[in-house]
Amino acid sequence: MDSRSSDLTDCPPLAGTAADAVKIVIVGGFGVGKTTMVRSVSEIRPLSTEETMTQAGAGIDDVGAVRGKTSTTVAFDFGRISLDDHMVLYLFGAPGQARFWFLWDSLFAGTLGAVVLVDTRRLDDSWYAIDRLEHHGMPFIVARNNFEPPVHSLDQVRDALSLSDEVPLIDCDARWRESSKSVLIALVNHLYALSAAQETTP
Amino acid sequence: MTRRPFDDETPDRLYAVTGGRSRAHETAFDLVTLIISERGPSPGMQSEHIRILHMCHRPMAVVEISAALGLPVSVVKILLCDLLDTGRVSARHPSVRSHADDQSSEGRSLSRVQAGVQRLPNVELLKKVLVGLQKL
Repeated sequence: MDSRSSDLTDCPPLAGTAADAVKIVIVGGFGVGKTTMVRSVSEIRPLSTEETMTQAGAGIDDVGAVRGKTSTTVAFDFGRISLDDHMVLYLFGAPGQARFWFLWDSLFAGTLGAVVLVDTRRLDDSWYAIDRLEHHGMPFIVARNNFEPPVHSLDQVRDALSLSDEVPLIDCDARWRESSKSVLIALVNHLYALSAAQETTP
Repeated sequence: MTRRPFDDETPDRLYAVTGGRSRAHETAFDLVTLIISERGPSPGMQSEHIRILHMCHRPMAVVEISAALGLPVSVVKILLCDLLDTGRVSARHPSVRSHADDQSSEGRSLSRVQAGVQRLPNVELLKKVLVGLQKL
C-alpha cells in the first residue's frame, strides 16, 4: 500500500495553465485490457483509487445489487493526457459489474463518451455494459481488444452483441500506443458526428 | 515517511478525517475538477489538509488527490470543501459539468431516459480534443 501513496512522485505535474479537464471512460470485464489501454496512452503511470457510497445515497438503479449492504465500494484506474496548455483528458478504466453502474451518475456524469472494450471469448460481459450505457444516454463505441489473433469477423461480433449500425465497432491492440490512440480518436470522431448532427437539427 | 493509507488505521479513521460529515457538498467538485493551492498551511491544521496544500502547488485533479492520499473520492471532496471555504485552494471546474448541480441524479436519469436524448459536448470542444489526441 505504500507504493500507492508514492505513485505520484513518478508523475509529471500538470502545466500551471491547465484549466479544463475532460473525461473518457473505458468500460469492460475483468482482464479485458482496460488498464493496459490506459497505460499505453497515459503520460502518467496508471493510478488507482476508489469510491464508496452508502445505500442512503443510492436508489438510482440496480438497488437490488446492493441490498443488504450499508455501503458499496468501486475501485477504478485512471491515466492522464495533456491535450494542450489548457485542456487535459483523464482516461478512466472502470469495471462493468452492477455495483459500478450504480455509481455511474455520481462519478462519471459529464463524461464525453465511453469505449466498451470487448474480449470475444467473453462477449457476455459486454452485454450488460452496452445496455447500461444506453440507459444512461452515454454515447460509446465498441473496440475488440486482440491480445490474440481474432477468430471472428467484426460483423459476427456486431451480430453477437446486437449492436446497431450507428455504433462504431473497431479492432485494437490495447498494448500499443498507436492502436489505443486510434480508438480514442474513433470515439471522439463519433461524438463529433453525433454532436454536429444534433446542432443542425435542434 | 509515507503513512500507510488504511492498514494501520482504526476503522473509524474516515469518520475522524471528515469530522463525521457525510456527502452534503460533494456536487461542488467533479472527479476532474483541478485544485490549486492559494495559501500555505497554518499551524494546527489537519494533516490531510496540509498534504493537499503541498501537493496542489501545481493543478491536480480531485481523483489524483484521492489516489495520492489513499482516501475515497467522496472523503477527499469533503476535505476540499473545507479548504475551498477558507480560501486555501481554488477550483477550476470542467467546462463539461455533470449537470448534477440543480437536479437530483434520480430525476436527471429519468428525464433523460424519457427524452431519449444523449448529452453531447459541443463541436468546438471536441475539435480541441481531436487535435490534442492526434498530436500524441
